[in-house]
Amino acid sequence: MAEVSLTGVSKSFGDDVALDDVTMTVPDGSFVVLLGPTGAGKTTTLRMVSGLDKPDAGRVRIGGRDMAGLTPAQRDVAMVFQQYSLYPHLTVRQNLAFPLKSPILNTPPAEIERKVGEVAEVLQISHKLDNKATALSGGEMQRVSIGRALVRSPSVYLMDEPLSSLDAKLRSDLRIELKGIQANSGATMLYVTHDQIEAMTMATHVGVLDHGKLVQFGTPRDIYEDPVSVYAASRLGQPRINVLPAEVFGGAPATARTIGLRPEQIIQGDGEDSMVQRVEHLGDQTRLHLIFKDHTLITVTDAHTTLKGGDIVKIRPEKPYYFDADGARVA
Amino acid sequence: MAQIRIENVRKDFGSFNAVKSSTFTIEDGEFFMLLGPSGCGKTTTLRMMAGLELPTSGEIYIDGEEVGMKPASQRDIAFVFQMFALYPHMNVRKNISYPLISQGMAKRDVKKKVGEIAEILGITDILNRPVGGLSGGDRQRVALGRAIVRDPKAFFMDEPLGALDAEFREHMSQELRALHDRMNATTVYVTHDQLEAMQMGDKIVVMNHGVVEQFGVPQEIYDWPATKFVAQFIGSPAMNLLDFRAMVGVGDTQVTFGNVTFDIPRVLEGANGDMTFGVRPEHIRLDDAAPYRGKVSAVEYLGTTQIITLDTSNGAVKARVASSERVRLGEKTGLRFDPQTVTIFQGANGRALLSLANQGVLTNG
Repeated sequence: MAEVSLTGVSKSFGDDVALDDVTMTVPDGSFVVLLGPTGAGKTTTLRMVSGLDKPDAGRVRIGGRDMAGLTPAQRDVAMVFQQYSLYPHLTVRQNLAFPLKSPILNTPPAEIERKVGEVAEVLQISHKLDNKATALSGGEMQRVSIGRALVRSPSVYLMDEPLSSLDAKLRSDLRIELKGIQANSGATMLYVTHDQIEAMTMATHVGVLDHGKLVQFGTPRDIYEDPVSVYAASRLGQPRINVLPAEVFGGAPATARTIGLRPEQIIQGDGEDSMVQRVEHLGDQTRLHLIFKDHTLITVTDAHTTLKGGDIVKIRPEKPYYFDADGARVA
Repeated sequence: MAQIRIENVRKDFGSFNAVKSSTFTIEDGEFFMLLGPSGCGKTTTLRMMAGLELPTSGEIYIDGEEVGMKPASQRDIAFVFQMFALYPHMNVRKNISYPLISQGMAKRDVKKKVGEIAEILGITDILNRPVGGLSGGDRQRVALGRAIVRDPKAFFMDEPLGALDAEFREHMSQELRALHDRMNATTVYVTHDQLEAMQMGDKIVVMNHGVVEQFGVPQEIYDWPATKFVAQFIGSPAMNLLDFRAMVGVGDTQVTFGNVTFDIPRVLEGANGDMTFGVRPEHIRLDDAAPYRGKVSAVEYLGTTQIITLDTSNGAVKARVASSERVRLGEKTGLRFDPQTVTIFQGANGRALLSLANQGVLTNG
């Protein structure tokens, strides 16, 4: 229940610039996902907000208060890391209750019991409450470490790839649960992931980082439908956006160097010939690998298409994106 | 290259039964996926084909020859593991040449063969580099090169992309498939990732608890699952399973639950008691006029489409609809199921009832 703001934050580790003048406002109660490949600066941003690292320049504010000099404990944030850290000699119940037993919080025992039960239910570990932490699978340990953050009611949650070690089914359940918990509690969430499905489905806002710079900040829909660059456009969408030389279809603006086409921006059955190279049936949709004037592109078609390798399909672009030589969007 | 046939193969480890009587055929030149959750017996099955484990009973044929009790070295196959091991003190060329040199092939032939393989894999320019400084992708290409260079009858791969990050994994899976399309070697590939199996495989065997649940081409398995397990394991989100109680007779074309009657493909066998109505998310339409009701509990935007979760009297149901459709959290609406796509499962064993729609798929294989 606090706005988080970064103003001109920079951080270097030796010669490596991890964050380069990042200014970003995480609105109160929002769920902000930071996206980018390894090394883009996602985790460093989290560490700046948490107080685990200090910025070389710039300010971090939580709820309007400058955080300079405050320890992680003083910032009222709860963190979940990719690498879980539990107390191995304690049971799951004791691990979950631990943050509530802090003398500062002074939570009544009945309240602790209720909170722990509630969180265990959400995370599907109720049946393991009396197990020792060491007697859990990796996925269960990760859920307990998420649980330890959730039992508290901090003003800001900071999570670094919390779901990456879980299997697909559990991941999709917890996506909805985490989102629900955050929305209901009104807490602000800053969340780091590699997984674009998580980003699209959970975020109210996505921050796209590229080599320590914040290149776009907006709703998942903004980033998907109105990307500022090839880089931002490539962060979201499966199959990935196709990027071809601008002139292959004709009609490109003069400054355009490349044309970007998501599957829905490729109309089939009209335009110029392309040849089907491979057909991939994914169940709910079928991917077509096409060759168009010596370029390959991937699009999506009806699940039960009868197209096969060697067939000719006419295609044309529909409201495509154009990018200049630096990858910036020009149309 | 080779056809591989598995007949009634069983494997016990002490009192633990890892693989129950399995039977399926891998045709010459196929890219064949063994798919299932961890502990389902897929890796054990692959290891028996390769000769790294001996079956407790049953037969394994490679090109018509029974090889069940033969060691791996006599089966003329190549195995690619999840952790690809290269000889660290040798350069790329020597790593790839090694299997040929140890077979006693003449130097000139080795050079020619390695050149061809390097060409196929696109690693000609790094042949003289030490393997130490290579990227993950190049290391994997070298490991593949070492497997391919012997021209084995078949390739066996155990989660070869399991250790890679998502982006690179997608790239390598396309590369592997393209390589297969150029060489047409019979390939058996183990994975727990259903999307990878759908994307790469010509055929899939789905295993669970040591049992082959279904065997066939990806789209058919997706459309017409033989069991509830397959219905839930394949597809993301999984097939919706709505439990109900009823009596279904031969020739019925409707079922009723929650006071609503639904059309289904004509059933060809009867059942009574607990049952499950299975429908894929993309075969559900939201229509406020429909009598079967749900309340929107989650909306997940995915770009082209969005996943809508609805609370119904039969539990949570997920629908995949166009992202242009406006759906608000908390609103109540009706659900329509495309009747041509529905599968009814028996509660007792989770098996799909035969219907006019699925009999073609479920009665062959």
